[in-house]
Amino acid sequence: MTINCREAARLVSEGLDKELPAEAQLRLRAHLAICRGCKNLSDRLAFLRKAVRKIADRGDSG
Amino acid sequence: MALAVNVQSEFRRRVESERAYLVRYASLQLRNADTVEDVVQETLLAALAGESSFGGRSNLRTWLTGILKHKVIDAIRRQSRETAISGDTGEGGSEFDALFEANGHWVEHPAAWEHPDASLEQKQFFAALEECLARLPARIAQAFMMREHLGSDTEEICNKLGVTPTNCGVMLYRARMALQLCLDKNWFGK
Repeated sequence: MTINCREAARLVSEGLDKELPAEAQLRLRAHLAICRGCKNLSDRLAFLRKAVRKIADRGDSG
Repeated sequence: MALAVNVQSEFRRRVESERAYLVRYASLQLRNADTVEDVVQETLLAALAGESSFGGRSNLRTWLTGILKHKVIDAIRRQSRETAISGDTGEGGSEFDALFEANGHWVEHPAAWEHPDASLEQKQFFAALEECLARLPARIAQAFMMREHLGSDTEEICNKLGVTPTNCGVMLYRARMALQLCLDKNWFGK
């Protein structure tokens, strides 16, 4: 049972908020391994998190 | 005695000088300018009243931001109690369906961002990010900032915003998709 990109995108976001059920995790991992676009989205969202968390730290120095 | 007065007014001056930063910080999470003004004012008053608990032991801005976060959460809680669910929760996330073909594949694959970490050293990047955040619908932005900035878990966000867990997930999804598109266009896409 494979997932498409739309479903993968939703799971990538969901995975940032909670631990995905094992089955969903497997499907997502399998999809990301073969889909460059979704892997890029996943990297983008991870970076977005990092950047937003930095907004406050940044202010502290100056 | 005169010295004590001077020390006190010096602290007041330093606290006041952070006002603009606090307003900007609160504006990322609250859209209503009056509410922003209120929480910043409450924060400044609490800070001046609590000078002794500051005691110079940490960075003043960090300390003020810590107070402000609590005031922002209180304001969000008040707001969500006062306003009925506005419908601005994006059920279905349908606007992003345009990114996908009917079969669920990307219309256009997201490209890789080149050296994104280098952006974190650039002031202009954060200006672009804040601009993207400011374009999000208010409640979507609120949910996203509670999650990513204040570190709330989704259960807490659902409770405070008065939405179902499914809706919460959709709001966060919408925020992230909109932000990555916006950053791609305004920052990485050139």
